[in-house]
Amino acid sequence: MSNSEIREPAVSPEGQKEVNIDPDIQQIKSLSRFQLMKRAFFKNKLAIAAGFVLIILYITMVFFPNLFSTHPPFQQDRNNMYAPPQRIRFFDVDGNFNLRPFVYPYDMELDFETFQYEYTPNYDEKKFIYFFNRGFSYKLGGFWDTDIHFMGLESEEDMFFIFGSDRMGRDIFSRIVHAGRVSLTVGLVGVALTIILGSFFGTLSGYMGGIIDQIIQRIIEILLSFPTIPLWAALAAALPQDWSSIRIFFGISIIIALRNWAGLGRQVRGKVMSFRESEYTIAARIGGASHLYIILHHMIPNAFSHIIVIGTLSIPAMIIAETALSFLGLGIQPPMVSWGTLLEASQRVNVVINYPWIMIPGLFVVIAVLAFNFLGDGFRDAADPFSS
Amino acid sequence: MTAFLVRRSFYMIFTLIVVSILGFIIINLPPGTYLDVYIAELQSMGTATAMEQRQAIVQRFGLDQPLYYQYWNWISGFIRGDFGISFMYERPVSDLIWSRLGYTVILSTSTLIFTWLVALPIGIYSAVNKYSIGDNIFTFFGFLGLSIPNFLLALVFMVISARVLGHTVGGLFSMEYRDAVWSIGKFIDLLKHLWIPVIVVGTAGTATLIRIMRGNLLDILNQQYIQTARAKGLKENIVIYKHAVRNAIHPLIMQLGMTFPQIISGGMIVAIVLSLPTVGPMYFEALAQQDMYLAGTFLMMVSFLLIFGNLVADFLLALVDPRIRYE
Repeated sequence: MSNSEIREPAVSPEGQKEVNIDPDIQQIKSLSRFQLMKRAFFKNKLAIAAGFVLIILYITMVFFPNLFSTHPPFQQDRNNMYAPPQRIRFFDVDGNFNLRPFVYPYDMELDFETFQYEYTPNYDEKKFIYFFNRGFSYKLGGFWDTDIHFMGLESEEDMFFIFGSDRMGRDIFSRIVHAGRVSLTVGLVGVALTIILGSFFGTLSGYMGGIIDQIIQRIIEILLSFPTIPLWAALAAALPQDWSSIRIFFGISIIIALRNWAGLGRQVRGKVMSFRESEYTIAARIGGASHLYIILHHMIPNAFSHIIVIGTLSIPAMIIAETALSFLGLGIQPPMVSWGTLLEASQRVNVVINYPWIMIPGLFVVIAVLAFNFLGDGFRDAADPFSS
Repeated sequence: MTAFLVRRSFYMIFTLIVVSILGFIIINLPPGTYLDVYIAELQSMGTATAMEQRQAIVQRFGLDQPLYYQYWNWISGFIRGDFGISFMYERPVSDLIWSRLGYTVILSTSTLIFTWLVALPIGIYSAVNKYSIGDNIFTFFGFLGLSIPNFLLALVFMVISARVLGHTVGGLFSMEYRDAVWSIGKFIDLLKHLWIPVIVVGTAGTATLIRIMRGNLLDILNQQYIQTARAKGLKENIVIYKHAVRNAIHPLIMQLGMTFPQIISGGMIVAIVLSLPTVGPMYFEALAQQDMYLAGTFLMMVSFLLIFGNLVADFLLALVDPRIRYE
């Protein structure tokens, strides 16, 4: 902004100070509602940072998971079961600095007393990490055959476990990247349904009033009186076992959305009820507009920013719901993987205690949920730029 | 007040009936029942009476009748305290559920008390000292608490306790008290174990309540009557606690209806990780095994707890806020 130039107190020839009009106020009057929203949103640094985190998560995990993984996610390795995470180093054990990061490979031994695998770093050998090097081949974006990966060791055969490996010797990092595709989209599919159902029934209920309103409100009340997890679990258990994993995925999204729209519906109803009493609605009625026209051109556009805010803020609940269901074994089914199915392995407490890195997928759940919460908060402040 | 109570109770009964019908349909959705598995098991053991037993069970529960008949058969038993039988445990459902429901109620109410005790002072502090370091720290932890699935938090607790304290923290009782009769010792032992699930289950709810309390109080502190109170020269403590906080609590009581489901649902998964003798583990097992009467009864009972909790919240709200009663 060029505020500083305008702010210079202008002194008129008579030597009298002119009234100093706050330039901000002048500008706000000339900005459109959308510009105001943008401005309010970009003031919230936390929301912007959260937006960046989400963009990175979606690019790496939803669009190009193979590019960013270091091993094929299903490749098992009987010789590397429960390998702990390897530290990425710049300094070797003697304190020498290397610009190229590297890891120490492990020597593995089976401890015959505890029957646990003991991994000790082999400090004689350095395995350097290369960026955009060749590894296993895959189809980039589903079309181009390639074997370029964002990072990896020189040889594909070498183990490279930044987050360790699981009970079958699979690389947890690569599995997290692939599982992100499901975990990050389940919320979006669910929220799309939530928004459709919630705004439809919410608008209908708030606009029509009377008996329709009563019926929809009772339905919402009943939906809200089911405890979430038990209800979802019961519905998920009812999904046919012979369904393909993609159908189960959509089934789970629908199940979660089926209860979640109730909250949104209630809020939209409140908004629409206040819009219905406003002058512009009466004017539209007098002008001969049909109810459908008023709903589509006045009610929904006005409530839209509110709907987006509540939608964004309900994505975290869906991600957590999917994680919880999959953790219980009732959600996403193999061969599909989600962060929740990766966490299923940590249900056995004695396993987690010995190999705590199998909980790392949970960290990504927390990051994604936190980011959506901050983003939603930013949207909320932006949606009502006239307050404060 | 009486009219209000009667009306709310009537709504509650109506909701309960609809919930029970929907619950029964949902539980019956999966094709095949545990009965088929059960009979197959009996036959493979070579029991000659398998078919007769099957016939007896089918007759008793009217499993060859239409669904509405089965529903009526099942729900009318509720009044007599007969919830059907669990095929998995081969015992009446009523033998299995009461102690688990009891512990669920204990855990849920303790968690509820915990969330209020923690959230109220922090919310008040955060609102009064808006944007102070303390407020920012609490806000940060609040967001974090909202974002961690509570079963994950339970796992982290387990790992830390096992690695630092050297023993795991699961269960609600120590070994020696697990099957003992109730005594002072057993009660103290329960308290020693209860705090971990209470913290784990209560985190998300506490975070929500802090944010709501802070928002409410901030709104109210901007109102004119607060300015008037200050202008009169009242002590700041009296302004805040007598005039502001009192009015900020109403929406929190309304929020009870949302906190309670959160606690019950969250507690069910946490119970698996922490191996608590509550409803959760048995319910999910029953679902997986399609043990329909057991799962259905649990779903019913948990929904009942929730609806009843909402009724209590409504009642409390009407008690503190007379405007509600006359709506």
